Amino acid sequence: MGYKAKFRVWRGDAGTGALQDYEVEVNEGEVVLDVLHRLQATQANDLALRWNCKAGKCGSCSMEINGRPRLGCMTRMSVFSPSETLTITPMRTFPVIRDLVTDVSFNYEKARQIPSFTPDASVKPGEFRMMQQDVNRSQEFRKCIECYLCQNTCHVIRDHAENEAAFAGPRFLMRVAELEMHPADTADRRDIAQEDFGLGYCNITKCCTEVCPEHIKITDNALIPMKERVAGRKYDPLVWLGSKISRRPKSEGTPVAVRPAAKDAT
Amino acid sequence: MSSDGSSDNIERYSFDVVVIGAGGSGLRAAIEARARGKKTAIISKSLFGKAHTVMAEGGAAAAMGNANPRDNWQVHFRDTMRGGKFLNNPRMAELHAKEAPDRVWELEAWGALFDRTAEGKISQRNFGGHEYPRLAHVGDRTGLEMIRTLQQRVVALQQQDAASLGDPDAMIRVFAETTITRLVKDSSGRIAGAFGYIRDTGRFVVFEAPAVVLATGGIGRTFKVTSNSWEYSGDGHALALLAGASLLNMEFVQFHPTGMIWPPSVRGILVTESVRGDGGVLRNSEGKRFMFDYVPDVFRDQYAETEEEADRWYTDPDNNRRPPELLPRDEVARSINSEIKAGRSSPHGGVFLDVSSRLPAEEIMRRLPSMHHQFKELADVDITAEPMEIGPTCHYVMGGVEVDPDTGASSVPGLFAAGEVSGGMHGSNRLGGNSLSDLLVFGKRAGDGAADYVDSVSASRPAADEAELTDALAEAIAPLSRTDGENPYTVHAELQQTMNDLVGLIRRAPEVKQALTELEKFKERAAHVAVAGGRAYNPGWHYALDLRNMLLVAECVALAALEREESRGGHTRDDFPAMSPEWRKVNLVLSLSGEKLELRRKPLPPIRPDLLALFERSELKKYMTDEELADLPASEPAGPASESASESESGSASESESKEKGH
Repeated sequence: MGYKAKFRVWRGDAGTGALQDYEVEVNEGEVVLDVLHRLQATQANDLALRWNCKAGKCGSCSMEINGRPRLGCMTRMSVFSPSETLTITPMRTFPVIRDLVTDVSFNYEKARQIPSFTPDASVKPGEFRMMQQDVNRSQEFRKCIECYLCQNTCHVIRDHAENEAAFAGPRFLMRVAELEMHPADTADRRDIAQEDFGLGYCNITKCCTEVCPEHIKITDNALIPMKERVAGRKYDPLVWLGSKISRRPKSEGTPVAVRPAAKDAT
Repeated sequence: MSSDGSSDNIERYSFDVVVIGAGGSGLRAAIEARARGKKTAIISKSLFGKAHTVMAEGGAAAAMGNANPRDNWQVHFRDTMRGGKFLNNPRMAELHAKEAPDRVWELEAWGALFDRTAEGKISQRNFGGHEYPRLAHVGDRTGLEMIRTLQQRVVALQQQDAASLGDPDAMIRVFAETTITRLVKDSSGRIAGAFGYIRDTGRFVVFEAPAVVLATGGIGRTFKVTSNSWEYSGDGHALALLAGASLLNMEFVQFHPTGMIWPPSVRGILVTESVRGDGGVLRNSEGKRFMFDYVPDVFRDQYAETEEEADRWYTDPDNNRRPPELLPRDEVARSINSEIKAGRSSPHGGVFLDVSSRLPAEEIMRRLPSMHHQFKELADVDITAEPMEIGPTCHYVMGGVEVDPDTGASSVPGLFAAGEVSGGMHGSNRLGGNSLSDLLVFGKRAGDGAADYVDSVSASRPAADEAELTDALAEAIAPLSRTDGENPYTVHAELQQTMNDLVGLIRRAPEVKQALTELEKFKERAAHVAVAGGRAYNPGWHYALDLRNMLLVAECVALAALEREESRGGHTRDDFPAMSPEWRKVNLVLSLSGEKLELRRKPLPPIRPDLLALFERSELKKYMTDEELADLPASEPAGPASESASESESGSASESESKEKGH
């Protein structure tokens, strides 16, 4: 093989930026990240981009390639024709830091709000007994490499920053589902999934599943079953009656979403 | 820009313990320091949760005995010493074998979901050099499970602190995308903190703290064909040297036998040893399972001699010997290299690793999902239908900071190290699976050691020498101020090629000498690289600063490789192919004197009699000198000494060890 590819790469920072045209050599078997590295080493030494493992295991090199959210390391050049111009832009949902690097702190904030794994305190380390069929489902969700492509693509926040406060996004709704389905977890996160993490905003368009590089069935296996569990709780007549008669607070038996105090500017 | 050079522009933080590195050992150390009530910072070179630990595939070795009840810490200790060719620090190997099960079970209590046995316990898989199935695992993505569990444990602790102290960052705070370029000390030579930059804006920062734990991982980025990411530039190794600590075992670099070789852009990416643990075999271009030809004498008794026996072992390990594909990594890597050199290589210059003819497709998909995914997506190879092409790739450095086995303390007061950046645990060759458990065991111990140290200096906390900060800042800013220098990417690429060619898997004195000459030229070039652009997220600048570290560790590897005139583990000398009992007694220790690296020989700590008694005399004969054997007690004790006896003996052993450290 070996040809010169046309790349249009977004360069800029939080203030301004524009697409810049480059011609970069491409060799057999290369992925988009290889070509960006060559561009960086030979023509644009200061091109900002994230990467680590180069094998689809760390989820660092998330970007949009011709408008589609993808990992640069798992997108082979052979899927494009040599005459095609590749447009490389940063993830659109998150604020740009520089070039292809975005500020993904939104995700770390959401992660900190989800009540953590809560095992039965009487079970000592080494004494957990769980069957493979009972851990399969949560294991699927724990394949997540936190590339945030699902967060980036979800239309609830992609073009609606105003929803960010009320919506945790597919990755973290899946984290709630993972803990809910964890056989050794004792907490009940059904109410907060709906009320604090915005499960109801999801209208199962499955965009998240489509872009997941780990091929996790986010919508079918995490979000829809969570919706069913939430609905089951809400419309269970006994739960409804109990909540009316005893007027117990909604958080009983349910951890409250953890809202950290506002951080200092630094 | 004129104000940039002033130390007034440095952002300042104060902590009790600063952990540099956010992989397995760093996070485990930080969790422990926080548990001990110490205000702790985690400095992560990448985003939180992306550390190199996510790349670990196979599992964490821990003698829990879930798969085979005969397993115990003594067997694990024995395997570790054999794998390291008896050059391991025996106390570290002992602590590791004893404590690994508790560290793995602890992860489960923090939410980790390992694969299960039929009784619902943690499943354990076979791996090279381990006598019994021992690796706790999650398919072939165990490292990801470990990093995520530790990351989520940090978050759980932050939630507790938010509830009780009103601030999630009160006791444990993560600084993502932050690189440390210098450790700073006080006027009496104690650690006083760490200086670096935060990537997004490039602003400078100092973390003032009496204790620093290095958990920075390895050096693989110094070599061209590597399974390691850009982060592995030997930062902690270099920071330790520059602060006055010493490194040992730097000649021992592990070339993992199975890296991808095709297409060229993925060359070096790891193919997990689990492929072989689960039945995969190595074949040359003639279709021959060649590993049977390469079983060395020291392992002859433990490995099968025929394909039939090897194949029976998978289902009946008690009555058959292990397949030679599961020899320790150094042996397998050298054997593959020999086949390639003999002209029996696969089309792209490697050998074949085949699991497709050994297991049903569904079983491969279940046990090795991420390998299937990786080959399908990157090489267009379906590993359930055809063999993979593989070859050796630089994977791990056994060498690292010389530490006290029990506490992780280096010779510099306040400086600790754990995980890949520390040395001694794995001797001359690390067994697969012993890294993830190493991170947990010694990460915890270093966190404890740092907490104890902080308590001991509470009356006189060290204050950073301001002149050191000014120097650190000037050093960091220098590449940006040069306008007509070389491009750091070019210098780095050529350095990688040189190390690969001249100090790689097989070494020869003239080539290593040539490498040392080349390294002098690289140093000169690196001192003059120029970087365009500013400080905000500028990878060119980051590369330029990392070069100093890579050049230092490259020189350490080359100096030690030239000195050690034998072949052992991750150090193969073509001109000295045999393993020498005399050299087994020697550690090569490197330290900086001014700008010059000094190498000295130091005796290995002795193996306690109760630990020696775990081996047959006939096996020790293969490793030890006649004098050492003469000193062995004539009648060997039947079993290991009691716990309490061994603890007290080891105390005195580590005391004499620390006295030997000449600084």
